[in-house]
Amino acid sequence: MNTPALKEWPLWEVFVRSKQGLEHKHCGSLHAADAAQALHMARDVYTRRQEGVSIWVVPSAAITASNPDDKGELFDPAADKIYRHPTFYAIPDEVGHM
Amino acid sequence: MNATQASAPLGGSAPNAVGSVGVAYLLHLADNAVVLGQRNAEWCGHGPILEEDIALANVSLDHIGQARLLYQLAAARMGGGASEDSLAYFRDETAFRNYTLLELPHHGPLVGYAASDRDYAVTIVRNFFYGALMVLVWDALTRSADADLAAIAAKSLKEARYHLHHAADWVVRLGDGTDESHARAQAAVDHLFRYTEEFWLPSPAETEAVASGAGVDVASLRAAWDALVDETLAEATLRRPAVRGYVPEGKLGRHSEHLGYLLGEMQGLARAHPGATW
Repeated sequence: MNTPALKEWPLWEVFVRSKQGLEHKHCGSLHAADAAQALHMARDVYTRRQEGVSIWVVPSAAITASNPDDKGELFDPAADKIYRHPTFYAIPDEVGHM
Repeated sequence: MNATQASAPLGGSAPNAVGSVGVAYLLHLADNAVVLGQRNAEWCGHGPILEEDIALANVSLDHIGQARLLYQLAAARMGGGASEDSLAYFRDETAFRNYTLLELPHHGPLVGYAASDRDYAVTIVRNFFYGALMVLVWDALTRSADADLAAIAAKSLKEARYHLHHAADWVVRLGDGTDESHARAQAAVDHLFRYTEEFWLPSPAETEAVASGAGVDVASLRAAWDALVDETLAEATLRRPAVRGYVPEGKLGRHSEHLGYLLGEMQGLARAHPGATW
């Protein structure tokens, strides 16, 4: 009993990799006392229907998020740079599916 | 209740072939699973927090799934129109062969039955004692000469390992937590430990199953169970009480007063509408 008990458990973000998936995808959040418990909770809350084969949990407080108010200056300038999508190239038949 | 249902076996009645366990042995395992599954399901929607509510409901569903497989196997071997439903819903409490530990309410002695009286420490400590046993039982039964039972054991072992992990984790968190959580966890250990004595005295059904080469000799598991329990209790700063010689006899069909109420709730719908499907 070196540390005082928390009144509220911290929040964790949960990422699950599905059987077919290559990457972990964010699937939700939960409360847990520590990382080990968060993993257990994530197993019980987010993989009950065989959704995953691997779980990551990250303290929500460790995530630095962009400010929704900055959405315009951050993302709108990309809207008219359609040339950044490489969709204008004719792909030779020999290349096949890309 | 029809004649078939009323004549469900009371234990050790049907002789079993060499290399397979008897129906009474299967019913002991199934009744353990269904009674604890039903008891723990009381927390569904009332858990201490949402995440833990779901976790415990998962554990209950694992137990009910185990019970279904075992009842189905028992019913197939009994014949005569027996089914998983007739075994779960149409036997009375004296026919049940579960450990007394598993039918006890979620609180210590001399406390009321209100939902608000449930104590999660009792729930967790019970799951821990039983989980530590079943990890050993299912592991041994994966090597049973009874191939049907060995298959159920292989599936159940994975579930039991998780149940033990879940319960042991909470035993440590509660025992080595705050003053109040420690006191409640110790009270739960003191209350429930005596009921574990029943694990070690073989019933006729267990003795018969061991003789057939398909059952597990429970006495052989005791040292390993002691080690599992002592390790976690030590980490949880909890004290193992001295046992005072009381051996419950739930697996012989002699139950506490609590089982009847549990079965009343579990069986009421099926008995009010026998044969109903939905």
